Amino acid sequence: MMSIGAVLKNGLLVVSATMMLVILYLIFMWVPTDNIQGTVQRIMYFHVSVAWVAFLAFFIVLVGSVGYLWKGTSKWDQLAYSAAEIGVLLTTLLLITGILWAKPIWGVWWTWEPRLTTSLMLWLIYVAYLMLRAYSPPGNQGARYAAVLGIIGFIDVPIVYYSVKLWRTVHPQVIVGPAASGSLDASMRNLLLLAVATFTVLFVYLLIARFSLRKSEDEVELIRGLAEHSPNLPPSLR
Amino acid sequence: MTKFWPTVAALMWKDIMLELRTKDIVISILAFALLSLVIFNFALGPSSQITSAVAPGVLWVAFTFAGVLGLTRSFVLEKDQGNLIGLMLTPTSREAIYVGKMLGSFFFMLMSEIILLPVFAVLFNISPFRLELLLIILLATIGFASIGTLFSAIAINTKSREIMLPMLFLPIVVPIIIGAVMASSTAFESGPWSDMVKPVQLIVVFDVVALIFSAFAFEHVLQE
Repeated sequence: MMSIGAVLKNGLLVVSATMMLVILYLIFMWVPTDNIQGTVQRIMYFHVSVAWVAFLAFFIVLVGSVGYLWKGTSKWDQLAYSAAEIGVLLTTLLLITGILWAKPIWGVWWTWEPRLTTSLMLWLIYVAYLMLRAYSPPGNQGARYAAVLGIIGFIDVPIVYYSVKLWRTVHPQVIVGPAASGSLDASMRNLLLLAVATFTVLFVYLLIARFSLRKSEDEVELIRGLAEHSPNLPPSLR
Repeated sequence: MTKFWPTVAALMWKDIMLELRTKDIVISILAFALLSLVIFNFALGPSSQITSAVAPGVLWVAFTFAGVLGLTRSFVLEKDQGNLIGLMLTPTSREAIYVGKMLGSFFFMLMSEIILLPVFAVLFNISPFRLELLLIILLATIGFASIGTLFSAIAINTKSREIMLPMLFLPIVVPIIIGAVMASSTAFESGPWSDMVKPVQLIVVFDVVALIFSAFAFEHVLQE
């Protein structure tokens, strides 16, 4: 018998896999090609969806961090840590798809435009978050440090965005992004919404999977700690 | 519970006394910043036009990285000699410890920056002595010291603390660096104050957010 949690987790896996296949078909076979950017514009469905889920992930890091500092229970910390790992993965994908899209359309791999720069800063802040977790002393202290960074990192993002915008006004602008390319066709817009929904389901699945794994990891740590103080346990558990 | 400001003053005085005797922090900041100014000159080549165009950037790179160095030192002595535990056992609030340490770091960074400024002016052929520039340096240093003290207290307890502090500190202080570079390049070009208002406002916003957040978060960082 599977528990309700396991049924939910497997259900989400099946749903997200099916949705992913459907949007892959729609993106490459069904949706019309953009008449200015050509076929490369299809990367938008991935790029925008990944961006949305990445920001969602970092928002959950914020929620988990605030919850942990407030309540002090480790499930909040496990939530924040799991979301941060997935968030870094998604931001990496965001930056890679952005670079691939920018080269044929803007003619450059990278430009220090506010959204790009802010995404890069987000990536750096949460890579630092994961490094902090890896280098911190085990236990509550590392979790508290991470929670502090999880909060200030999120607060800092709008200030970074504003500062880069201010900085860019004295530099030449290269803006041809999705916002500037005019309104989207109805079929494109609907597909984009479906793609965003698909990635959100995938994200929820990944978060639940990582969260339960993290819980087990912490339990193993706890048992190891107890085993060191009780000589009667078999050596394989120590 | 002892009074807030006398505790802060005592903590700051302790750091200043220690610094007067060892000259540890200010010398390391000065040496590092001076070396980076010299290396930048070689990296940018002998053209004086390029040098004056990038001067504000060079100045703030030197200040930022030298500041990181000073911030690392700020908790090394406390930690390595068990002083931090002692401080935490005294009946003072965590906020007082934070403000004391922060003011100490602020003071050392500001001293080093004021000593460095004439050296920078000579090496880069710039006359930076304007009241506005001093204000920019003052505000940016408040921001560096406020968030830097928090991160320094975190980094000191991690493995490889020398890399952890810049990893935490640099991405977060990007708004200060942008604001300070923009405002000081206007100052070097003798531009009007009105062109500096927006970057200066940006630094002030960052300072306020950083100070409030760090004072609140320090309590969670200093817990055993």
